[in-house]
Amino acid sequence: MTQRTKLFLLNHGPLLTTVAIFLLAYIIGGQLYPAMQKPQVFFNLFINNGSLLIVSIGMTFVILTGGIDLSVASVIALTTVASAVLLQNGLPPLVVMPLMLLMGVAFGAVLGGFIHFLKVQPFVVTLMGSFFARGMAYIISLTSVTIKDPFYNSLALTPIYIPFVPNAYVYSYALVGPMLFLATIYLAFFTRFGRTVYAIGNNEQSARLMGLPVGRTKISVYAFSGFCSALAGIVWSIALLSGYGRYAPSMELDAIASVVMGGTMLTGGVGNVIGTLFGVLINGTIVSLLQFNGTLSSWWTRIGVGALTLVFIGIQSLFYVRRKSVG
Amino acid sequence: MLETTDAILLMRGISKIFPGVTALEDVDFALRPGEIHALMGENGAGKSTLIKVLTGVEHPDNGSIELAGRLVQVRSPQHSQSLGISTVYQEVNLCTNLSVAENILLGNEPRRFGTIDWRRMNALAAQALKRLDIDIDVARPLGNYSLAIQQMVAIVRALEIESARILILDEPTSSLDANETSRLFDVMRKLRASGIAIVFVTHFLDQVYQVSDRITVLRNGRLVGTYDTESLPRVELIAKMLGRSLADLETVSRARAEHELPDAQSLALKATGLGHKGTLEPLDLALRAGEVVGLAGLLGSGRSELARLLFGVDTPDAGSLEVGGAPVTRHGPGESLRRGIALCPEDRKVEGIVKDLTIRENIILALQARQGWARYLPESKQYEIAERFVRLLGIVTPSVDQLVGNLSGGNQQKVILARWLAINPRILILDEPTRGIDVGAKAEIQKLVLDLADEGKSIVFISSELEEVLRISQRVIVMRDQRKAAEYGKDVNAQTIIHTMAGHQ
Amino acid sequence: MTPHKLLARVRESRLFWPLTALAVILLFDAIFEPGFFKIGIIDDPVYGPHLYGNLIDVLNNGAPLMLVSIGMTLVIATGGVDLSVGAVIAISAAMGAVLINPALGDRLITNDILTADTTNTPLPLIILADLAAGTLCGLWNGFLVSRARIQPMVATLILMVAGRGIAQLITNGQIMTIYYTPYFWFGNGFILGLPVSIYIVAGVALLAWLLVRKTALGLFIESTGVNARAAYYAGLDERNIKLLAYTFCGFTGAIAGLILSSYVHSSDANNIGANYELDAILAVVMGGTLMSGGRFSIVASIIGAIVIWAFTITMYTFGVPADALTAAKAVLVLLVILLYSEFSQRLLGRWGLRKGQRHDPAH
Repeated sequence: MTQRTKLFLLNHGPLLTTVAIFLLAYIIGGQLYPAMQKPQVFFNLFINNGSLLIVSIGMTFVILTGGIDLSVASVIALTTVASAVLLQNGLPPLVVMPLMLLMGVAFGAVLGGFIHFLKVQPFVVTLMGSFFARGMAYIISLTSVTIKDPFYNSLALTPIYIPFVPNAYVYSYALVGPMLFLATIYLAFFTRFGRTVYAIGNNEQSARLMGLPVGRTKISVYAFSGFCSALAGIVWSIALLSGYGRYAPSMELDAIASVVMGGTMLTGGVGNVIGTLFGVLINGTIVSLLQFNGTLSSWWTRIGVGALTLVFIGIQSLFYVRRKSVG
Repeated sequence: MLETTDAILLMRGISKIFPGVTALEDVDFALRPGEIHALMGENGAGKSTLIKVLTGVEHPDNGSIELAGRLVQVRSPQHSQSLGISTVYQEVNLCTNLSVAENILLGNEPRRFGTIDWRRMNALAAQALKRLDIDIDVARPLGNYSLAIQQMVAIVRALEIESARILILDEPTSSLDANETSRLFDVMRKLRASGIAIVFVTHFLDQVYQVSDRITVLRNGRLVGTYDTESLPRVELIAKMLGRSLADLETVSRARAEHELPDAQSLALKATGLGHKGTLEPLDLALRAGEVVGLAGLLGSGRSELARLLFGVDTPDAGSLEVGGAPVTRHGPGESLRRGIALCPEDRKVEGIVKDLTIRENIILALQARQGWARYLPESKQYEIAERFVRLLGIVTPSVDQLVGNLSGGNQQKVILARWLAINPRILILDEPTRGIDVGAKAEIQKLVLDLADEGKSIVFISSELEEVLRISQRVIVMRDQRKAAEYGKDVNAQTIIHTMAGHQ
Repeated sequence: MTPHKLLARVRESRLFWPLTALAVILLFDAIFEPGFFKIGIIDDPVYGPHLYGNLIDVLNNGAPLMLVSIGMTLVIATGGVDLSVGAVIAISAAMGAVLINPALGDRLITNDILTADTTNTPLPLIILADLAAGTLCGLWNGFLVSRARIQPMVATLILMVAGRGIAQLITNGQIMTIYYTPYFWFGNGFILGLPVSIYIVAGVALLAWLLVRKTALGLFIESTGVNARAAYYAGLDERNIKLLAYTFCGFTGAIAGLILSSYVHSSDANNIGANYELDAILAVVMGGTLMSGGRFSIVASIIGAIVIWAFTITMYTFGVPADALTAAKAVLVLLVILLYSEFSQRLLGRWGLRKGQRHDPAH
């Protein structure tokens, strides 16, 4: 193997592993359960994991800076409840949606501010944020609130057929995640903000010495994660046409696991959103496999995801050590 | 005398006092454009404080800084960069996960409509590197390259982004091999030719003579002098760093002559071909009971590395070690404690004190570690031990329940010493035990070492102060370039040792 | 000792802040809800006469958190953190519920058998299995942190992700209701009029105290937390110290799971012990242990846990629903964060420095 290919493999190994695991899982699934070969099953991954994909993308940026955001699931729940109640009170959807996004951004920015200015560990601050958001959701409404708004209804129920693939469709809200995905690829690779995120994750001290706007970027990253959570909350409320404080239980863990399975290092600086997309798909595929199997129970998802997370932490550090020794 | 003609940087009368320590006292420093100026001195000489003052990390208590004829106050590292003063450290302060090009240009990257123009960025970076004859793929992550390349990338960044006029290279060659070092020197010479002033901090004498034009020597926070490299013989330089003129050293009194070896036969420790790749070339060492062996050598010569190897902090990858006649198979501080070896480490803050614990707890820590967790020393016993050593070493404190973090440096050092004396070791390795301690306490510690030797303990004594080493050691081992350069008996004189350190046999 | 010095000592004590917080909450109750302090005696048909009232509830409901806080204190003192305590509680509770289930094995299950007040497993064995399960979890965390050298937050996150799945695996996804009366004693019983759980807390606290203050473990843990490198040079094996701290934390989580499942007569893998991670961290931080590790006080952490539950019960008496309570708790965390932030530490520090300099022999 030439030095060049070797370096390529070392630099992109985790991502390639993720893609390989996804393909493997999917192909094996297709062999075991022929029903899984239908293209619609693949598109269902996006329909069923729309919100997870969105928060995982936000989480990727947070983790790339070396932080963590445990508040995403609660912000989803808060967003569903808040938007359901606002819609019930007759506010137009085109007002509600931007309002929710604004709330998410503000919420994340405040958490980011605590983390940056008070120098408190991110998991403490965002765990607090999680408590707060979940509590606020219940304060707004203790019970589930249905959404009867016609615009939400049409978004929820109108299928969009996929060109060139017969009988395959997604719902409009399933496209939000992929669109955000494309936007964040641009954000991560073609803007100073994105590169600063990577720099901070590698070595915050260095980033500061290089004169990069460390504080502003860190706060922005949490604000962006808040934005993603609110967006995911909107998608969730469209998909289920209701809002409830109990929605999205422990989804922050699924998001973190997806990010890690996507090859992003929890210590920061290494990884990208492309991997995260596949991490979410792996998560979704495991769930689909269990559904097709029918006899295996749902908790295997959590255990499987936990085990894969551990495996990926191991793979990551292996690649990391090898990279260092090659250099 | 400070030469002021055509200097780009003039530092005058710089003083900096930290609680309990005078780090810099009335130091003058002048830098000319287009020179490589070596800054020399042992640990604690004040080099790093001087650099920190220059780069705005610390603010001087006294003195002035003139940059190109203009009086300035350096407020912060960012401010110093904007003034054209850039620093490249031994541990490169760049981001290894970003590409070389990003590391050079990020913060000032070429953009088109807000989007990073990768093609132009890579071209610009490659061009900047070319100017220093470095030809590498700038799109690859910096972490894929060797430390030498990383350092050069850091230099290029300093020149490109911060348009540095003064470049401080802080121990840049410590982790480079000979090839990489000479490559770095080529770059430095090129920069010198283009009029950039370079401050070169290093502890490698050879390199100073290879590349520098002038040398400034600091010692104990004071300026010893600034010299032209050509007119300063190597031996003189060492003598200045260690704080003795050559003539002075001849008249050092020999207290140790009165201390004869009690029993020359019993070997307390025997190392054969002991070495560690990258830090210490294999060497032989024998320690007799009741003997003080001095380890002389400059910073980075391998003296502390040898101590760490003997104590088991680092695991040797060559040779064998015997303690009390039994071969050592398992290394590690815990194992060494049980064998009766103690190391009083050089870096008191990082490796020594546990600042939030009391004096008593700090003193009994190693003893307790050897006893194991289950056999906790009764409190009365703890107080007895702690108070005994507080008295014995003259630690100034109202009670042994004071937090160690509240003590002065010298008293902290004594607490650490007490920790190791408390285990009653057979072999005691002291790495710079008297640094930063006043003269009275120094003499006390020296006397204590001799007393311990009389009790039959073997002592390895490491110090930058030659006089001290000569006074109390029966044998002196001189380290140089990570190897044992020579071993002398008690009749050696300072001049011989300095010549050995300088590399003239 | 002059009154001034006495005051300084009180202020420097680790118990000062949590006790102040407790006093503030109780004072609030005294003013706005004097009935809060009413304690009566009730003659319970099962457990005999015992005390009841809000203060007793604080102790009984707070017992699991106090237990977890004891374990968390040791972990945080080594400079780590354990995010998996909630999951450990769920695993231990699931273990107990499954073993009690009389249908254990492949016997035919009928509703009668399932809801009978009986078990095929001896109670001591059930308890032992509970404790073993949790302790094993702690050992796993300790292994990841000390041997695999994964940073504590990440290492314990793995069990946080997978733990409730494992609990569901144990209970086969059911919310197990427990019908075996003797098991209820731990969470509902009384000895001499006081809840059994409080005696358990006292027992575990005593055990922990003996372990860290009557052996050298406390010294070792604190040394590791303050300066791990210096501790290593002094011959300590930080790996085993960390392993022990995490294992003990798992052990306390297991007991908490036992009491909680006993108290609510069931084991719901998804909800039992929810939010205990943050509560426990909060209790420990309120008890004056720094998140970066070092000096710790078990008693102060227990008082921190009592503060949290005094706050919770107070909110209940004011009619705040349990679900919405988390928002109020978040505000409490924020207060503590602000109090312990660098900014306010600097304010306090300026105050303390002047004091310190007077003591300092060097000046």
